[in-house]
Amino acid sequence: MMDTVTVPPFERFYETWSGEILAFLRRRLGAVDAEDAFQETFLRALRGYDRLEHGRELRAWAYTIAARVAADVHRRRRPAAEALEGAADDSRPAYAEIEHLANALPPTERAAVVLRYGYDLSYEDIGAALGSTADAARQATSSGIRRLRRKELP
Amino acid sequence: MTTVPAGLDRRFRAAAASSGLLDVAYDLFDSPLGTLLLAASPRGLCRISYDPEPERETEVLAKRFGPRVLRAPAPLDGPRRQLDEYFEGRRRAFDLELDLASVGGFPRQVLEELALVPYGEVTTYGRLAAQVERPRAARAVGTVMNRNPLPIVLPCHRVVGSTGKLVGYGGGLERKERLLQLEGALL
Repeated sequence: MMDTVTVPPFERFYETWSGEILAFLRRRLGAVDAEDAFQETFLRALRGYDRLEHGRELRAWAYTIAARVAADVHRRRRPAAEALEGAADDSRPAYAEIEHLANALPPTERAAVVLRYGYDLSYEDIGAALGSTADAARQATSSGIRRLRRKELP
Repeated sequence: MTTVPAGLDRRFRAAAASSGLLDVAYDLFDSPLGTLLLAASPRGLCRISYDPEPERETEVLAKRFGPRVLRAPAPLDGPRRQLDEYFEGRRRAFDLELDLASVGGFPRQVLEELALVPYGEVTTYGRLAAQVERPRAARAVGTVMNRNPLPIVLPCHRVVGSTGKLVGYGGGLERKERLLQLEGALL
């Protein structure tokens, strides 16, 4: 039963996803920054781990944390001048508007929408996060967005 | 498939251990009695296993102590050093914090009594039973010994049958014999 998937020991979570997450961070940040981001990602995961209620979608969860860490690194990299000129300090206004709605989507669509519009992941990476393909990720994203537009939430 | 470089992996495990976020840190340790798994909670050493199957072992630890179980050597440095000294014959008593919080009632009483049996001496199941005021519970004491979460440190190898026969040992009789020989209790 899906509902009874218990949270595995952290060791297993780490062993299962650490390689993939490191590869993802290298793609996003380059080899050097990826190392610090890797450590930060898994420390954040550790911090939240005892509050997980089940062991489903741990891969998408790991990608979400890694994407958030990578976004923090990008934000720090952005020259200070640019920020002073009043560049939007939230580069994802469109997403900010739908974020609270996304919570009501079915899990896969929610993860796809969050990773695509919240963290700007490629469909390849979203597919990896969801354990499926880029095509399936594109479909989940667009059906999530359609649902949000129609406010046709389950 | 990307593998995490050893140095990065080591740094993360060290950072996790010093973050104070782990429910249990564990590591494997090569001893003269074969590989041992050592595990510690923030309160102290909580598990020593012979012939460990880490996969199963981490499940059990997660259930008992919480899911944040990670292989991380640093918190086990002290116990590892003391066990080394013990196996080299240079240590007769362990000076370690122990976490027995998950053991209660009768087993807890028996283990606390067991902890007092000195190096190089033996006692019997019946005598331990009498010491916790359950003189007829020798068999139940045997069960507690068999489930001892901290063999070697809590010296269940020093408990023998009333005739002096070694009787049994969670890690196998051969290991019980080796430990008693090491301590000079057996010739």
